[in-house]
Amino acid sequence: MSVRWETEGLQTVGIVCLVIMFLKLMHLLGLIDITETDSSDSDLELSTVRHQPEGLEQLQAQTKFTKKELQSLYRGFKNECPSGLVDEETFKTIYSQFFPQGDATTYAHFLFNAFDLDRNGSIRFEDFVIGLSVLLRGSVTEKLNWAFNLYDINKDGYITKEEMLLIMKSIYDMMGRYTYPSVRDEAPSEHVEKFFQKMDRNRDGVVTIEEFIETCQKDENIMNSMQLFENVI
Amino acid sequence: MAAGVAAWLPFARAAAIGWMPVANLPMPVAPTNKNKHQDELIILNVSGRRFQTWRNTLDRYPDTLLGSSEKEFFFNEETREYFFDRDPDLFRSILNFYRTGKLHYPRYECISAYDEELAFFGIIPEIISDCCYEEYKDRKRENIERLMDDLEDNKDSKLPNMTFRETMWRAFENPHTSTMALVFYYVTGFFIAISVITNVVETVPCGSMPNQRDIPCGERYTEAFFCMDTACVMIFTVEYLMRLFAAPSRYRFMRSVMSIIDVVAILPYYIGLVMTNNEDVSGAFVTLRVFRVFRIFKFSRHSQGLRILGYTLKSCASELGFLLFSLTMAIIIFATVMFYAEKGSSSSKFTSIPASFWYTIVTMTTLGYGDMVPKTIAGKIFGSICSLSGVLVIALPVPVIVSNFSRIYHQNQRADKRRAQKVQKARLARMRISKSGSSNAFVHSKRNGLNQSLELTLPYYKMKLSPQGSLEEDQQLKKTTSLLESQHHHLLHCLEKTTNHEFVDERLYEQGYLQTALQNFPSQSPSLSSEEGITGTCCSRRTKKNMQPLSATHTHTHNLQELSALHIQCGEQQPLNTSRSSLNLMSDESGSLNCKSSGLVTTAIISIPTPPSNNSRASPDAPPPPNPDAPPLPNPGTDVVKISAL
Repeated sequence: MSVRWETEGLQTVGIVCLVIMFLKLMHLLGLIDITETDSSDSDLELSTVRHQPEGLEQLQAQTKFTKKELQSLYRGFKNECPSGLVDEETFKTIYSQFFPQGDATTYAHFLFNAFDLDRNGSIRFEDFVIGLSVLLRGSVTEKLNWAFNLYDINKDGYITKEEMLLIMKSIYDMMGRYTYPSVRDEAPSEHVEKFFQKMDRNRDGVVTIEEFIETCQKDENIMNSMQLFENVI
Repeated sequence: MAAGVAAWLPFARAAAIGWMPVANLPMPVAPTNKNKHQDELIILNVSGRRFQTWRNTLDRYPDTLLGSSEKEFFFNEETREYFFDRDPDLFRSILNFYRTGKLHYPRYECISAYDEELAFFGIIPEIISDCCYEEYKDRKRENIERLMDDLEDNKDSKLPNMTFRETMWRAFENPHTSTMALVFYYVTGFFIAISVITNVVETVPCGSMPNQRDIPCGERYTEAFFCMDTACVMIFTVEYLMRLFAAPSRYRFMRSVMSIIDVVAILPYYIGLVMTNNEDVSGAFVTLRVFRVFRIFKFSRHSQGLRILGYTLKSCASELGFLLFSLTMAIIIFATVMFYAEKGSSSSKFTSIPASFWYTIVTMTTLGYGDMVPKTIAGKIFGSICSLSGVLVIALPVPVIVSNFSRIYHQNQRADKRRAQKVQKARLARMRISKSGSSNAFVHSKRNGLNQSLELTLPYYKMKLSPQGSLEEDQQLKKTTSLLESQHHHLLHCLEKTTNHEFVDERLYEQGYLQTALQNFPSQSPSLSSEEGITGTCCSRRTKKNMQPLSATHTHTHNLQELSALHIQCGEQQPLNTSRSSLNLMSDESGSLNCKSSGLVTTAIISIPTPPSNNSRASPDAPPPPNPDAPPLPNPGTDVVKISAL
């Protein structure tokens, strides 16, 4: 009796298998459409995000570059990022290539935030060019402002010791291991201490923009070095 | 540096303003670019076809022809363009390399023409990007093998001074070298054929004796067959012994496949001679006769195609293995299913699962003998599924094997998998060298004192050098790095100034000391920094001469004026950053290697602050040359003595 059940059971199983295979074959051939949830999502992912910059005249008005300089800048920019946007990963990769001996990703992160004015996670060409214009053609105050903005990680108008320590560590990270003398662990914090001693006038533990600009304007080295990159473009 | 990244160098330099407020030291002067006309279009006329590109694009790779001043040799004054008398089609991919930073190999081009173009324009083939590199390497290997084949054919002419043994071996391996070898070749082939035919005919029933039983010819004409067998085996034995005598490496010869086949072919005869009249082992003796059929494999020496077939099967081992594995899986599954399906039917042949194996194999290979057929409906359904899937499973790996065979047959490829591994290693090594060149370029140029000229305190350093040294120095400067490189070096120099630490070569670093007490370093800035060049060259030469770490550190201590404790602690380095760019790969490896070798000394050495006179004594011996191979050794004896005098 059980043998008969076995046979019949297997018979059923066999027939069910056949039917399923037939249906799958039909679906494959496209003759019938078994509604599943995949299909439409994949199309969206294929389209890449693209961005076109504003016109040349507008950019000329916003920055201090000439037309030729803007053209040259855009060519380099577009070559590296054909989609017109730089995301953080690409930015880190590009910046790291200039510092092969160290790890430039942390500093690149801060730099990225400094350039990405509208904080949307990608740098457009306008952001790039506006940032460069400040750095290369701006007045000393504007440059100092930019530097302050870079150090002020949370953009609250004050540089705290923790923020400065992060920035300092990222700069020292760029040096890498093979340095002379070797970078000790305390070097960044010592450097931060020196910085605060110099900048923090009222000893309240934070550096405000006024203190920063005032101190820098009094320091001859800093003022000299601000003029260093005038002729980069 | 990569191509497009060069376009971002101005950005990186501008962003360096972020370091300025933090730095405590003055920054070095920026290099000026003398030729302001950077953004002009230049025309490259290649055999009449005009290509135009920006000058910047070509300047990205200054060590190639188009990126350096070498292209000025091709400048045509009248037409104001650069004329190259080369293939314009190939030039396209070369120009695209400058534009995109990736070198592609067009498949329709001849490999040697492409290589020549690359060599002309000064581009190393190793930077062909990964998408085209496989193809390039395959074609290159084909080409080399073809050249080697041609070479070997030419080499077959008689070489002088070959011993009799070597001549014999060559005769055996290449029958067409002499008539004697050819005769030998044909004779052995003939006898192999005779032997095989004899074995076959032996079993044919010929004629019937009056006692109504067909007996095979072997039993009828025993002596005749025995004589034939003896003759063949004698010839084979003689041949085997001669090969054994002539083989250059007898041990290797005895291990090779062909010789094993030879031995197995002739052994049954001798074993049969030895134990003729023992009834018990005659059964075993009969089994041994089966091995006589191995004589047919001796034909593979005569046929190239057979050898290739054998080699193909060996090289397709993975596909064959996959085929076997999938077949086994399918057989087990279907046999089980068929057994349970047919269990119920009466007088079923499917008595057990192993019994169903036979049905499954016969069905899957579409043989279908019909000795076992399913009777139930379920059995028939599953049986049909089995045969359909059998076709698929077998049909899939077979074309792979076929294409393999065809490829091998056409190329007549030797076993060069070992060679391929070496080539891959060599390629990676070359790429690493050219890449690490850029990361070390800054350190090298520092060592060469190039950056010193950019130092704001110039005269002090120049005074230190002997006049001869400074002349060489100037010549060094004239051999300029490109503008791009000098800007990059200036950027790295600014970073050094900001953090008050210097980049050094990893070898220097791993020679093994950790300066713990150099906090006073910044206060010494001008004199000390200008001495860096000397220190660097001194120690680099020392490391390259592979001196003991002890003496190297002694020199260091002499040249540095502030040092209280000196440790050699290689083993305590912090773990590396994992996010380092791949450019550092070699340096990490070499670093760790050096560490292990020199990390044994752990004594603490206390040095004396040495007066500057020592430095001036050391420095005339150490003019900073570009190549560290030539310079004389500074006197190590006195340095050591000075320490022990403590």
